[in-house]
Amino acid sequence: MSRPDGPDGPHWDPSHSKPRVPSSLVGRLRRICDDAAQALSAFGVGVSVMTADGAHGIAAASDPATARIEELQFTFGEGPCIEAFAASHPLLIPDLDATAVRWPVYTPAVTEAGVRAVFAFPLQVGAARLGVLDVFRDHAGSLSRVELGEAFAYAERAVSALLDGHERTTDVLDEAFDHSAELFQAQGMVLVQLGVPLAEALVRIRAHAFATSRPLSEVAGDIVARRLRLERDTSEDTA
Amino acid sequence: MSTVSAERLAKVFVEVADTMVDEFDLIAFMQMLADRISGLLGGPAVGLLLADPKGRLRFMAASDETAKLLELFEIQGSDGPCLDAYRTSEPVINADLRAATERWPRFAPVAASIGCRSVHAFPLRLRRVVIGTLGVFGTEVGDLDDTDAQVVQALADIAAIGLLQERAISRGEVLTEQLQAALTSRIIIEQAKGALARLIGVSVDVAFDAIRAYARRSNRRLSEIANLVVTDVASLSDIMRS
Repeated sequence: MSRPDGPDGPHWDPSHSKPRVPSSLVGRLRRICDDAAQALSAFGVGVSVMTADGAHGIAAASDPATARIEELQFTFGEGPCIEAFAASHPLLIPDLDATAVRWPVYTPAVTEAGVRAVFAFPLQVGAARLGVLDVFRDHAGSLSRVELGEAFAYAERAVSALLDGHERTTDVLDEAFDHSAELFQAQGMVLVQLGVPLAEALVRIRAHAFATSRPLSEVAGDIVARRLRLERDTSEDTA
Repeated sequence: MSTVSAERLAKVFVEVADTMVDEFDLIAFMQMLADRISGLLGGPAVGLLLADPKGRLRFMAASDETAKLLELFEIQGSDGPCLDAYRTSEPVINADLRAATERWPRFAPVAASIGCRSVHAFPLRLRRVVIGTLGVFGTEVGDLDDTDAQVVQALADIAAIGLLQERAISRGEVLTEQLQAALTSRIIIEQAKGALARLIGVSVDVAFDAIRAYARRSNRRLSEIANLVVTDVASLSDIMRS
């Protein structure tokens, strides 16, 4: 799993001048995959980052075998992860046998690897899409209602980790993952003000809160009240 | 508060039935219910909250979505009558706000500061599961009698049924999916409010009215229009003209 740390990995961003510690993000994501695999009695769990224009890469997986399985849908250009991302809706496949026609190449390949069921959860905040969390099981059958709730919670943790990017090594913001209307309104405002995609607007707001050591809700409130304008360049990142 | 008239109630049920066979827009449906319940009760603010997979109450729709009322509904995530109704599966009726500071340390002061005098909350029940709550916040002192309370509870349960209307559903797991999808739609609406407000230099409340009006006029879902706003900025020019 060294690839995501390197220049070809999905989190490598040469535009940042500050030394990056992407391994901490990969580490956080891998812990989430491990925890999710255990909680959901899964064979493995993987997280891929994706963008609407088709860029993608595996960010983390619970183990190397799962990483290879996660890779298959990008190799073949078909599979539950790709469809869940496109639809912005989870795709729950309790029995892969039923999907041989739907995914003629993907299904035989993952079945060969021992997978019998796949559950794909888009990583998103409203209309901002970041990627997908995939749960692979070696037995057919649905997730229970409790397991499904847990899977959504792990997906939310992965979203939080991705948004914090390389800025953090701890889960400071996770406890207070903010669902206030004002925070979402601020995201829309930054989208228009900076002309960046919504996903980047989210990252900018969180980065600003972190850089100025202020609560996310307070920063969001200032943006909505027009007391704060984020700068077009990422000055808070380069200080 | 007087008992709601059977005639007005019948009209609400007809409207509900009409909406549910149409191209279904869950959030607009919940807003319509909140509006009608508010009307039946003589004008208090009525809001609907759904629980996310972690059991936290999240705002979905209200008869009045001005910022200060939104905050009042959002506080229910930490304390307040809605959270109590959610946790106990029992309605909270005619709670005395003046004596509630200890019971609801966050909710009571904010409610009082915006002139709230009467508060009630009802669980949204689906089969035996409570999936959220309906809150009623009035600026006038008033009591709900038993009949009013039963009517509001029935309408609250209808709101819960609406959640299942978007897709044909039989499995238990789908309820969780639907809840999650509804919460995502609501977030997109807030993101769109912010984007439009910033673009045309108006408040988020005015931006929301514009999005809502445009969705109605073009006969499309609120969440669909909101999604367009945040993913295709060019589409904003149409909405701005409204």
